[in-house]
Amino acid sequence: MTPALYRRTAPYWLSLPGFVLFAVMLFVPLVMTLLLSFYSFDYTAGIQTGFSWHNYADVVSDDYFHEIFWRTFRYGLIVTLFCIVIGVPEAYILNRMRAPWRTISLVAIIGPLLISVVVRTLGWVILMGNNGLVNTGLERIGLAKIPFIYTETGVIVALIHVMIPFMIISVWAVLQKVDPATENAAASLGASQPKVFFRVVVPQVIPGILSGSLIVFSLTTSAFATPAIIGGRRLKVASTTIYDEFLNTLEWPLGAAIAIILLLGIMAVILGWNRLIERRYAQVFQ
Amino acid sequence: MNQNGPFALIFHALFILFMIAPLAVVVWVSFTPLGYIDAPTTDWSLRWYREIWNSSGFIQSFWLSLGLAFAAATLSLVAAVPAALAIARYDFHGRGFLTAMFLSPLMIPSVVLGIAFLRFMTAISITGTFYGMVLCHAVFVMPFVLRLTLASVTGMDRQAENAAISLGASNMTTFRRVTFPMILPGMVGGWVLAFITSFDELTVSVFIASPSLTTLPVRLFNHITQTTTPIVASVSAVIIFLSLAVILILERLYGLDRLLVGTKR
Repeated sequence: MTPALYRRTAPYWLSLPGFVLFAVMLFVPLVMTLLLSFYSFDYTAGIQTGFSWHNYADVVSDDYFHEIFWRTFRYGLIVTLFCIVIGVPEAYILNRMRAPWRTISLVAIIGPLLISVVVRTLGWVILMGNNGLVNTGLERIGLAKIPFIYTETGVIVALIHVMIPFMIISVWAVLQKVDPATENAAASLGASQPKVFFRVVVPQVIPGILSGSLIVFSLTTSAFATPAIIGGRRLKVASTTIYDEFLNTLEWPLGAAIAIILLLGIMAVILGWNRLIERRYAQVFQ
Repeated sequence: MNQNGPFALIFHALFILFMIAPLAVVVWVSFTPLGYIDAPTTDWSLRWYREIWNSSGFIQSFWLSLGLAFAAATLSLVAAVPAALAIARYDFHGRGFLTAMFLSPLMIPSVVLGIAFLRFMTAISITGTFYGMVLCHAVFVMPFVLRLTLASVTGMDRQAENAAISLGASNMTTFRRVTFPMILPGMVGGWVLAFITSFDELTVSVFIASPSLTTLPVRLFNHITQTTTPIVASVSAVIIFLSLAVILILERLYGLDRLLVGTKR
């Protein structure tokens, strides 16, 4: 091979193994799922190939599915909001800590990311479940139990616990680039600590808040383990509904249609959000 | 000036408590001698740890998850390293597309990946095979491997390579003796993250697992949705101990902030 030809073709054969893996194991499966969502299902005959929009029509016209998608979206919004309100000050505090407390705090806050979500959710069941530690304790001293399992509040609290490290990570990454002199300047001009935080720090970390929100929102709306374990069958979200359609009722085409709607919804949010960020920051930098 | 006030420290302490409490109670409850969820105060017992050993299912699942994570992370690394070299060093048609493709599993909900894999594996009759599961896991851990490898390739000083070539080393020797050792830390970091991601993964695995090939998180999940006996606590406690060991090693070697946040200390 001549050097020029080598240079021109090298990137292609270097990325070939990954490309083949993704073409076969990601692209083909996704296209097959898209096609599956247009098939129909019959309890006696099973899955029938064909092309029809009726699975989508079923989802769009049924209040049952409206409620599921609205709950999924609501969880996303509420969890994102709480992650901002708690995560931003926490990232700020973390950034001002010194060794060794900083390292210890860091292990406690982002270490859980490396522990299975199933384990973390189980922790909430053991802590707050009907026969969990808090409620048995309350019962022993004659107080009423706090409902947590099978409540939306329970799902939201556990989801915040799972998602908040992502917000802290994104905000913290931006905080490290913020010049501490800006804070000192504000303080020396007489600004109080809360004023410094809200008027000087927060505006500078908005890019981190925006990217953290996007991660938290998209992971919350596609979360499975936590809504399945804590929310159960009564508080279904999109992902647990898809699970039931695939593994319990075996209505694969309907499940595939719900999955495609969820995928498109999340993609739309991601693209719209990025567009928004670009536009906002274009204005800022003009 | 740049110190946390008392209010900030109270907030911080409460937040750490919120993060730690659910994990701490799992470990605490796992030492109960009783047959139901209870926090032991005077009687501690390893009963539920012995129970793990007696129920072969969890042990079998543990080895499966370990093997699966090892194979998937390795396969992913083998595909990611050359791709990272191509993306970092060449300006070619389709470069942006390839990068977006390799990172796309981060944007696709796991449940969608799960059913897509299930659909595909059913169609070509490889459901319930170990190799099928390895291929699926290799796809969704790819972003983690690629990001860290890419970062180390981009951050690498190319003078060393040029020196090797000018001294007469062949392309292969240059890669093996110069490039490879320099990007090794990034590759190892990416491999470890991929390993952990695969080992912990539930949502994709729940669809592609079969009764004879049930990964540890899936077995735990199935157990929790049926009953909550203290065995789920002892299994989870073992997972917490192992994860904690890995977390502390990573913190020593790389720094968690550098590995997960991407900042320099």
